[in-house]
Amino acid sequence: MKFVGVTACPTGIAHSAMAAEALETAAKEKGHDIEVEIHGASGAEFVDRQVIREADAIIIAADATVAERNRFEGKPQVEVRLREAMDKPGEVIERAERAAEQGESEESAEAQAQEEDEGVPTDMGGSGWGAEVRRWLMTGVSYMIPFVVAGGILIALAFALGGAVEVTEVNVYEDFTIPAMLFTIGATAFGMLVPILAGFIAYAMADRPGIAPGVVGGLIANEIEAGFLGGIAAGLLAGAVLILLKKIKIPGGFGRIMPILIYPLVGCFVVGALMIVVIGQPIATVTAGLEDWLGGLEGANAILLGLILGGMMAFDMGGPVNKTAYAFAIAGLEAGAFAPMAAVMAAGMTPPLGLALATAIRGKLFTPAEQRAGQANWVMGSSFITEGAIPFAAADPLRVIPSLMIGSALTASLSLAFNATLQAPHGGIFVIGLIGNWPLYLLAIAIGTVVTAALVIGVKEFTGGSDQEKATSEAA
Amino acid sequence: MSEVSIDDITSKDLVALDMEVENQEAVISALADLLDKDGRLSDRETYVEAVNAREQETGGTAFEMGIAIPHAKSPGVSRAGVAFGRTSSPLDYGEEKADLIFLIAAPEGEHNLHVKVLQQLARRLMHENFRTSLREASTPEEVVELMRENIST
Repeated sequence: MKFVGVTACPTGIAHSAMAAEALETAAKEKGHDIEVEIHGASGAEFVDRQVIREADAIIIAADATVAERNRFEGKPQVEVRLREAMDKPGEVIERAERAAEQGESEESAEAQAQEEDEGVPTDMGGSGWGAEVRRWLMTGVSYMIPFVVAGGILIALAFALGGAVEVTEVNVYEDFTIPAMLFTIGATAFGMLVPILAGFIAYAMADRPGIAPGVVGGLIANEIEAGFLGGIAAGLLAGAVLILLKKIKIPGGFGRIMPILIYPLVGCFVVGALMIVVIGQPIATVTAGLEDWLGGLEGANAILLGLILGGMMAFDMGGPVNKTAYAFAIAGLEAGAFAPMAAVMAAGMTPPLGLALATAIRGKLFTPAEQRAGQANWVMGSSFITEGAIPFAAADPLRVIPSLMIGSALTASLSLAFNATLQAPHGGIFVIGLIGNWPLYLLAIAIGTVVTAALVIGVKEFTGGSDQEKATSEAA
Repeated sequence: MSEVSIDDITSKDLVALDMEVENQEAVISALADLLDKDGRLSDRETYVEAVNAREQETGGTAFEMGIAIPHAKSPGVSRAGVAFGRTSSPLDYGEEKADLIFLIAAPEGEHNLHVKVLQQLARRLMHENFRTSLREASTPEEVVELMRENIST
């Protein structure tokens, strides 16, 4: 049989090497092939992906966290303490033989869940800047997903229990109701999406010192309503600033205060200032311009208006462009024009719904965390919680955002063409009673969902598949 | 990778045979003195503290074959090194007993060329005949020669 071994200890000098030797010796005695990678504080030299693919089982002997365990996903695995591998390597090899024969992982479900949570892909198999940027984005997204899932489902629950319009208007601290409380908790979780995304993009770039400037930049992105794209900008900025700061080497006592004082202080200041001055101001200008322009389109061809509104809704999901389209619909709603509201809501539902469908039928194109988030997107999409699509868009903006925009543009156009109307500002399927022409409206959403899913799948497959698959094919 | 050999990390001055020491702390302390005299430690206290902390954390680095490898990466280390001590009788070491003690010192820093050599050494220790030779060696020179023979870089 062929095995891949992983040994890990905090320093990676002595025990991981000894365990590696013990496993190699024991495996050879039993006539197996084995390749062992040794992990320690200074990293590891990974075995070839090809070797992992051909291995019958993976043996993990670790007293420390093993980086990038997601490389072994789907392989039968045996997990032991380092000491077991050193003292009784023969028994460990026998366990691996059994695991390989049974063809499944010996790992507990808990360990698997943990692995997935830690499954921040740090090696995308590619090289160069593109892969590096992707790794940063994926890291930010993986930390953001729990907030999206918790917030989205709580808000959907609030809508279902308390009415979509009512819960958003109640102040839970003055008028306590369970739905209002659910909504408030969910909205608070949503408030963290952009700061967490920004903070952990910066973390991926510059380690722990990146978090504070990233989070502060993300909060400012919230403040200036820059949406998740603003969050990505804040995260990248914070990471870059910290990488530069870390290059400054000051010897002696002053050098020691760099991480304590200078990194957070200068980092937060520079990132915050850039966000406010360089990003915040132009966004306000652009938003005002967009509003004027959209206002001028009133009475224009319904199909064209639908395409524009739909595309805007899916472009930045909560950012300035999305908000402008939404505000246009709200203005219509107040003035008694109910068709744009319906179109805008439909266009905000198809991104999460389309992604839910895409992850359901082509799970392999997505990371495990994305797959789970994808299933929560059924609930979020149905409830017009567009934020559910943000992790997917943030992880792979160039391929995902255009796909979402086309699906949403189509949906909004269809909604307007079908003359669907909506007399509520929010709520998804929970306000179905307030929708005029609802059967055709649902049809428009269904078409948009299918088109979105098809585009996302198509573009991901056409341009080289998921990161995991890409890595595999490159190694082959 | 530049050439780092066993001679860069140890020498006869870092070998102590037939040590009469009472316990784990004493042997670590004695071997740390060798490293310190050889100019490999910039801050002996910091380093020894790190080693002892790690020993406590892991419940002792000794295991069945009578070997202990106390080690630490520490800013108190200026140059990587390994000191070897052989006690005249096996010592209570954590939950095991050990008579061959390798005290490893590694400086802070991410990519450490010496790690490779140290890993090689650690690997060899898993082999019975290497351990036997170390137990039978009669001079520090012989010990260093044994390491040199067994560790190819």
